Amino acid sequence: MNEPTMEANEDRLERVRSYFRGDLLVLREALLRMASLAHTNLSIALESLVERDPVKAQKVITDDQEIDRLEVEIDEMVAGFMATQAPMALACRLMLAASKLCNDLERIGDQAVSIGRRSIILTDEPPLKPLLDIPRMGVKVLDMIRMATDAFVEITPEKCAEIIKMDVRVDEINRQLERELTSFMIEDPKTITRALNLMLVARFFERAADHAKNIAEQVYYLYTGNDIRHEAELNKS
Amino acid sequence: MVNPIPAAQVSSEKDIAGVEVKPEVKVEIQNLSFFYGKNQVLRNVSLDVPAYQVTAMIGPSGCGKTTLLRCLNRMHDLYPGNRYEGSVRIYPGGTDILGPGMDPIRVRMRFGMVFQKPNPFPKSIYENVAYGLRLQGMNKRRDLDERVEKALRESALWDEVKSRLHQLAHNLSGGQQQRLCIARAIATDPDVVLFDEPTSALDPIATSKIEELIVEMKRRVTVIIVTHNLQQAGRISDRTAFMYLGELIEFGETNRMFTNPAKPQTEDYISGRFG
Repeated sequence: MNEPTMEANEDRLERVRSYFRGDLLVLREALLRMASLAHTNLSIALESLVERDPVKAQKVITDDQEIDRLEVEIDEMVAGFMATQAPMALACRLMLAASKLCNDLERIGDQAVSIGRRSIILTDEPPLKPLLDIPRMGVKVLDMIRMATDAFVEITPEKCAEIIKMDVRVDEINRQLERELTSFMIEDPKTITRALNLMLVARFFERAADHAKNIAEQVYYLYTGNDIRHEAELNKS
Repeated sequence: MVNPIPAAQVSSEKDIAGVEVKPEVKVEIQNLSFFYGKNQVLRNVSLDVPAYQVTAMIGPSGCGKTTLLRCLNRMHDLYPGNRYEGSVRIYPGGTDILGPGMDPIRVRMRFGMVFQKPNPFPKSIYENVAYGLRLQGMNKRRDLDERVEKALRESALWDEVKSRLHQLAHNLSGGQQQRLCIARAIATDPDVVLFDEPTSALDPIATSKIEELIVEMKRRVTVIIVTHNLQQAGRISDRTAFMYLGELIEFGETNRMFTNPAKPQTEDYISGRFG
């Protein structure tokens, strides 16, 4: 297949950009605000864990309300637009994507809250071990969310494949952490509570990565019309 | 300048075993051009209309969709100076309805038509439906009764009119008149029924009844509908053809075309940017 020329690509971008006006522009801005808040909250949750700072953890819990509010607002916008405008083509895909994106972003916000809560519990006890893998994992997940948001803003669906690959790496780190923390628990039962809490934190980041992957898949669908969800599993079967 | 789609139009589908199957073609339009005098209105249109499906024609005013529809039952023959090029074959048989020696009346028996505004004849409800049957030579009262009832039932009008079959058709409401026109069109058992914006003069309730009827009808006949109402095309059609400036720009499954159109012109039109 021939690569699209630069002119054709610019034409395509202009066509997509032209959709984002009026109500659709407002919807896009609300999604971006939500993505930014979800990213910030997850980032602060990671800081609260690494810095053992319960104040930051509490802030994550409080700020989540704004993400929840935006979820409701975006759903209302989508329902209103579908009922009154009968969206077609990219606008139709945007409605579907927006509804799913805001759900995934809200879930990322929830994971941040769960990490914040565990972080407060972990602060009460001495550290089990220097935190290396969890911050590494957290930074990767934050990168995934940022990259997925960038792909949405910059209309670059081709970047979504990279995000989907990153999720595999996050899963690997999570499995490695589970093994390591299990060995801690076997060696010294006094570490069980802390190890379990860290295991949960790792699981929360892993889930946030899954949501970031979902967002990337939705962005890909939005701009190309191709659904790449569960592609590997479907191909296998 | 936009390019027409050149070749096979009916894409394949997968059956339950996942095997690719091509829908049966009912009407094969090949390189069809049409001229009102010197004015060329259709340009080299090629389109395979699948059997027992609803095919919608959409496009801005003046794009040629109604002209194309009227080519299919040779309605343009009623006016002098009009000229066709290309072929329109109807299957089974593959008869070219534009071919020399083809009688337009016989063509119209195979292609029933329903127009934008309900146009019942100034006759009784019964006689409106029986009209085409009488033209076909059916004169026995019992046969006529049977076929009139069947057509009225199939157009979901029987229960509303069975007690007043011999009253004037013009006494019916607009929606009922349009359903009567559908009954009249299907009474002669055509292969294809052509609808030219059949609901544009009707309220939403009457529109909804006609739409249900069209979806129901495709079990027995092939339906081609011209509509300006994109939501209507989305609701009732299996495939959609988008026309612009006398050319066929895109033809494909309605779902795909309305969510992910292949051509920028189609996208611009369905998203309301021109037309």
